[in-house]
Amino acid sequence: MGAEKEYKQEPAKEIDFVQVTESRSFKKLMHDRKKFIVPLTVFFMIFYFLLPILTSYTTFLNTPVIGDISWVWLFALAQFIMTWVLCTVYVKKAAVFDKQADEIIREMEEGGKRQ
Amino acid sequence: MSATVIILFLAIVLLTLVITFFAAKRTQTAGDFYTAGGGLTGMQNGLAIAGDYLSAASFLGIAGAIALFGFDGFFYSIGFLIAYLVVLFLVAEPLRNLGKYTLADMINSRFDARKVRGAAALNTITISTFYMIAQLVGAGALIQLLFGIKYWMAVLIVGVMMTIYVLFGGMIATSWVQIVKAVLLMAGMVIMTFLVLLKFNFNIGQMFTDVKSVTAHGEAYLMPGLQYTEPLGTISLMLALVLGTAGLPHILMRFFTVRDAKTARSSVVVATWVIGIFYVLTLFLGFGAAAFVGHDTIIAANPGGNMAAPLLAQAVGGDILFAFISAVAFATILAVVAGLVLSGASAFAHDLYGQIIKKGNVTEREQVKAARYASLAVSVLSIVLALFAQYLNVAFLVSLAFCIAASANLPVILYTVYWKRFNTTGAVTAMLTGLLSALILVSISPSVFSPIEGAALFVGEPIFSLTNPALVSVPLGFLGGYVGTLLSKEKDIKRYAEVKVKANTGYKSSGVSH
Repeated sequence: MGAEKEYKQEPAKEIDFVQVTESRSFKKLMHDRKKFIVPLTVFFMIFYFLLPILTSYTTFLNTPVIGDISWVWLFALAQFIMTWVLCTVYVKKAAVFDKQADEIIREMEEGGKRQ
Repeated sequence: MSATVIILFLAIVLLTLVITFFAAKRTQTAGDFYTAGGGLTGMQNGLAIAGDYLSAASFLGIAGAIALFGFDGFFYSIGFLIAYLVVLFLVAEPLRNLGKYTLADMINSRFDARKVRGAAALNTITISTFYMIAQLVGAGALIQLLFGIKYWMAVLIVGVMMTIYVLFGGMIATSWVQIVKAVLLMAGMVIMTFLVLLKFNFNIGQMFTDVKSVTAHGEAYLMPGLQYTEPLGTISLMLALVLGTAGLPHILMRFFTVRDAKTARSSVVVATWVIGIFYVLTLFLGFGAAAFVGHDTIIAANPGGNMAAPLLAQAVGGDILFAFISAVAFATILAVVAGLVLSGASAFAHDLYGQIIKKGNVTEREQVKAARYASLAVSVLSIVLALFAQYLNVAFLVSLAFCIAASANLPVILYTVYWKRFNTTGAVTAMLTGLLSALILVSISPSVFSPIEGAALFVGEPIFSLTNPALVSVPLGFLGGYVGTLLSKEKDIKRYAEVKVKANTGYKSSGVSH
């Protein structure tokens, strides 16, 4: 079933992938991806590890906020919300990357000559 | 064992057999067998990922841990969920773009070397074996409790069922068993949460106030630190949880069942929502069990707290809900072990036999045949191992699997996709360093050696103090890959350019990996 039908067969001429990686459109995609993925990955890892670090080395998260619900529970809830928000943000952004990628593939199939 | 339990139990068995029957008719090629022909939708695969991931350890283990230890039990829920951000941001799409059936395919899209494939297959087999023994031992203990049958019989029932699904229905049957299970499990969770909240008059603040007074821990129940008192131990465990998922072969394999990176992405999103909601609900189950079942009753049924969720079902919903939740727990085990058999079998049949021994010269028929033999072998082997492993600690086996996955698989995946200089030697050293350091550190840790008799496998002082060694073994895996790469002069700029273009655009040529 359909996995390979997505894109046309390889053109007779072999594709020079090094040239593709040096093309402006590919470089832009790499740059955009990096600018999006690296900061957010660093962010969610720090946000995540902040929880065990704070609970292990401090006690201030134990202060109650709403009735008997303390900060530690709200921070835990924030982890869930962060995950869902980042998921949604990623999907939105990835749609832009998809368009860029399709453009690169189109260029490659036209011969990959364009710089 | 009541009649309701037996009827629901048989209904689930029957349903899965019907699925397998129809799946078997559609399983003709190796692609059908390993990846359901790559034809699953994002929604289906997302549910199947959730079905594969939410094991009995999650369902029964976490509910029990929260019931007994309050906030500390919830740590698992958080780590297991955020792991999906690592999968989504760094792994899922390049993996789908580069691989075919197995993780080794993906790494070999950059390196042709047989030793790379061999090391990747070794990692997959090791991780799947530990995970599988954990699931089977847990399953045996659980079914023994639920239905009052002997341990060996329980393991045999689960073992035979999983063999049937995989042997006849391959990935199509496995996926649908996982999808059905995910839906049943979520339904069960929602019903139980609703009943628990009903008892608290839908007042969450009230629930927190009430559980403070029902456990012997008092106020401490709502604070972290009841179970995890060692800061480095806690952080090390959290590291294994968040990075392990992105290296678990049976989860990674699920990304080959969809047609492209876009569908892989949408399946992670579906999975993240389902899994996230599930883990939020574990809180209500845990608190509910603490309040309406009580610490002593939970401990009396099972010292690990594994019976908290079924006992809660009985307390809030009577015998019918108890029967339903028990049946769901059974379906949960079946879905997870089937996925594990398939990932182990793919490493044996596709990587070791098809690619290394036969060098890829196998016909479609031979491939399917090899896959079936391998599934049978993996099933029998794990049933035998599980029969001998009855008294091993399940949580230890699962955390070991996560730790090996994070240390041995994740570094090589990330380097393959993102590091230009990475080479064959580095790939082998990354995998072996990660695997060996995780195994060795665990074997000298408190999980294996304890001064108290009966608390671990052997009596003695542990040489290494962290129960879960991820904090040391994950950096060692990365370091191993880095040093190995620098030790060898080999460098293939052209090949990396190809991998980079394919990983990032989804471009597929008819040649190399397909």
